Amino acid sequence: MNELNRLDLYKQMVRIRQYEARILQEYHADKSPAWDIGAGLIPGEMHLSAGQEPAAVGVCAHLKKGDAITAPHRPHHFALAHGVDMNAMTAEIYGRLTGLSHGKGGHMHLFDPDNHFSCSGIIAQGYPVACGQAMAFKRQGTDHVAIAVAGEGAANQGAFHESLNLAALWNLPVVFVIEDNDWAISVPRSHSTANTSNADRALGYGMPGVRVEDNDVEAVFEAAGAAIARARNGDGPSLLEIHTLRLWGHFEGDAQAYRGADLDTVNDRDPIPRYAATLTELGDLTEDDVATIAAAADAEVDAAIEFATSSPEPTAADALDHVFA
Amino acid sequence: MTATETPAAARRITTAKAMSEGIALEMRNDPNVFVMGEDVGAYGGIFGSTTDLFDEFGSERVIDTPISETGFIGAGIGAAVEGMRPVVELMFIDFYGVCMDQITNHMAKIHYESGGNVNVPMVLMSAVGGGYSDAAQHSQCLWGTFAHLPGIKVVVPSNPYDAKGLMISAIRDDNPVLYLFHKGGQGLVWMEKNPRSIAEVPEEEFTVPIGKAAVAREGRDVTIVTLSLSVQHSLDVAEQLASEGINVEVVDLRSLVPLDTETVLASVAKTGRVLVVDEDYRSFGLTGEIAAVISEHDPGMLTKPFRRLAVPDVPIPYARPLEQGVLPTRDKIAAAVRELMA
Ligand SMILES: Cc1ncc(C[n+]2csc(CCOP(=O)(O)OP(=O)(O)O)c2C)c(N)n1
Repeated sequence: MNELNRLDLYKQMVRIRQYEARILQEYHADKSPAWDIGAGLIPGEMHLSAGQEPAAVGVCAHLKKGDAITAPHRPHHFALAHGVDMNAMTAEIYGRLTGLSHGKGGHMHLFDPDNHFSCSGIIAQGYPVACGQAMAFKRQGTDHVAIAVAGEGAANQGAFHESLNLAALWNLPVVFVIEDNDWAISVPRSHSTANTSNADRALGYGMPGVRVEDNDVEAVFEAAGAAIARARNGDGPSLLEIHTLRLWGHFEGDAQAYRGADLDTVNDRDPIPRYAATLTELGDLTEDDVATIAAAADAEVDAAIEFATSSPEPTAADALDHVFA
Repeated sequence: MTATETPAAARRITTAKAMSEGIALEMRNDPNVFVMGEDVGAYGGIFGSTTDLFDEFGSERVIDTPISETGFIGAGIGAAVEGMRPVVELMFIDFYGVCMDQITNHMAKIHYESGGNVNVPMVLMSAVGGGYSDAAQHSQCLWGTFAHLPGIKVVVPSNPYDAKGLMISAIRDDNPVLYLFHKGGQGLVWMEKNPRSIAEVPEEEFTVPIGKAAVAREGRDVTIVTLSLSVQHSLDVAEQLASEGINVEVVDLRSLVPLDTETVLASVAKTGRVLVVDEDYRSFGLTGEIAAVISEHDPGMLTKPFRRLAVPDVPIPYARPLEQGVLPTRDKIAAAVRELMA
C-alpha cells in the first residue's frame, strides 16, 4: 500500500478540475447562438467529472503501470489520474488524427492500451471486461489488478451483478468502484435502488464491501489501498462505494431542473476547496501554493489543447480503416 | 391562446411533442396504457418523447425506471400479457445489447410460441440515428436488425403527423410494435433540425396505419425509397434537383414490418430508376431487401441498375469528417440521383 502524500492528492485533483473546467469552456464556446450539440470544435455528448475527483485520485494513487481500469461514460478523471497522456486524450476529444483513437472514439471511448485504460458508453458494461483483464493478470502470473468503475445507477444493470459473482467465484484481482453521485441523469438513487448500500450488496456476493462517505479523498485513499492490496495479494475482489458529487449537469446542456434544492448547496460541497482548507490547516499548503498548483495545471491543459487544436483532422476515407485487425 | 382561438389545423408542433400527444390521448382513453423507461418522468424523456406526460398522469402511470433494461422491458412484456398496454422506452436503440433476449426471445415470440393464444400488446419506443458526433455506441439505426426478426412490427415515422398517428396505432395494436424515432427529427431545441421536424398536426386523435408507406413527394424520373430522417434529407434534395430539371419521387416507408411493397413497386414501375437511402448498415439490411422485392417482382422494371446509399459497414465514427463521410448526407443523395439520371 502506498503512503499517503496529501500534496500529491491535492495536485492531482486540481489538475483534473482545471482540465474539466477548460473542456467545459471549450465545449460551449462555439455552440451558440442556437445551442447545437453537434456543432463546434468538440461536438457530441460531454459528461464531465467535476466534483468526483476524490474517487479517481484516491483509487489511482495505489495503481502501478500495468494495472487496468474500465471507466464509464464519465471517464476523464480516471483517465488522467491513471496516467493516460493528456495530449492524446485531448486530441481524441477534439476528433483529431493524433488522438488516442485517431478521432474514431471521442470522449466516451478512450482507449489507451499502454495504460490498460478503456471506457464504454453502455452502462455497466466495463464490469465484465475488468473481470476478464483480472483473469488474464492472474493466469499470466502477475500481481496486477483491474479496477471497474461505474456510477450508482449502473449497479442496477445485470452485468454488474453477473460480474460480482464471477469475480468472487473465481477469486479475481478486481476492485469494483462505484461512484455514487446521487443521480443517474434525472433519477435520484432513492427512485432506482431499494438497497441503500452497494457495500451490503457486495457481501451478498461473497466479497467485502466498503462505503466511503463525504467525498473524502483521504478516506477513499485508505479504503482503496486496502482493497487493491487485497487483490494484489491474491485474496480476491472487493467493492468500494464512494459517495461523491456531480458538481455540474449529467451532460453539458443539462438544465438540471429536476435537481431542486440539491443544486442550492452543490458548490458548498465542492471537494477541492474543502481539501485545500484541510491542508492549509495542517500547514501543508499556503495560499501561494494554491495559486502555483493551479497555474501549473493550467499550463499543462493549455499545452494539451494547443496540441489538439493544431493537430490535423481525419478525412472521410479514414472512416473505412480499423474495422478489422 | 386557447384552442378555439387557433384553428386546430394551423397548429405546429415538434415530432417529440406529437409522440407524447399520441401517448397522452391513449392514456386518457384507456387506463391500461402506462409509460416506463429511464428519465421519462419529470425529465420528459431525453429526446422529448414523454414531454408533459408526468405532469398530467403522475408517477403511477409515467414511471422512471432503474437502468435495468432487461428488467423493465421484460416487465413491460409481463404487463402486456396480462392485458395492459405499456409504452416502454429504451433510451437509445444502441442499448439493445443489454436487453435483446427479452425483445427477441420473449416480446417477439410469445404470440407464436403460444400458438396464437397469448398477445403482447406493447410499444417499445427508442431513439435512433447519428449526425451529431455521438459516436459508435449512440448513433446507430439498427432497424434492419429488428425487422429481420419475426414477430415485431417496426414503425419509423419521419415527421410530426406520422409520429402521432403511428403512435396511436402502435398502442392500439395487439402486437408488439417497435417505434423508432430519429433524434435529428424530433425538433429538439438543442440539436440542429430540419424545418420538417415541426409541422401541422391536428389536436384530436387520428391514426396512421401501420404497414402503409406514403409518397412524400410525387415525381416521374427517379424514386428514392427511404425512411426516418433520410426522408427529410431526400425531400430537401428533391427540391434542389427540381431546379436542375430532375423530378424525384420520394417514398417514405413509415413501416418496415409489415413492408408496403405495393407502394414501392408502383413508384418504381412509374420511374424505372430507384435509389434506396438507408442510415442503417449497408449489408444484409433494408437496401438489399428492397432490391430483392423489386427483382422478385420484375427486374425488367428498372431502366438503370439498382442503387443504394447506406452506412458502409463500419461502426459510426466520432469525428465530424469521419461521421459525415459514412452517413447518407444530402450531398451523397444528390450525387447518387444525378448518377442515376446520367
Ligand atoms: C445500458 C444503458 N442504458 C442507459 C444508458 C443511458 N445513460 C447514460 S448515463 C446514464 C446514467 C448513469 O448514471 P450513473 O451510473 O449513476 O452514472 P453518472 O452519470 O451519475 O456518473 C444513463 C441512464 C446507457 N448509456 N446505457
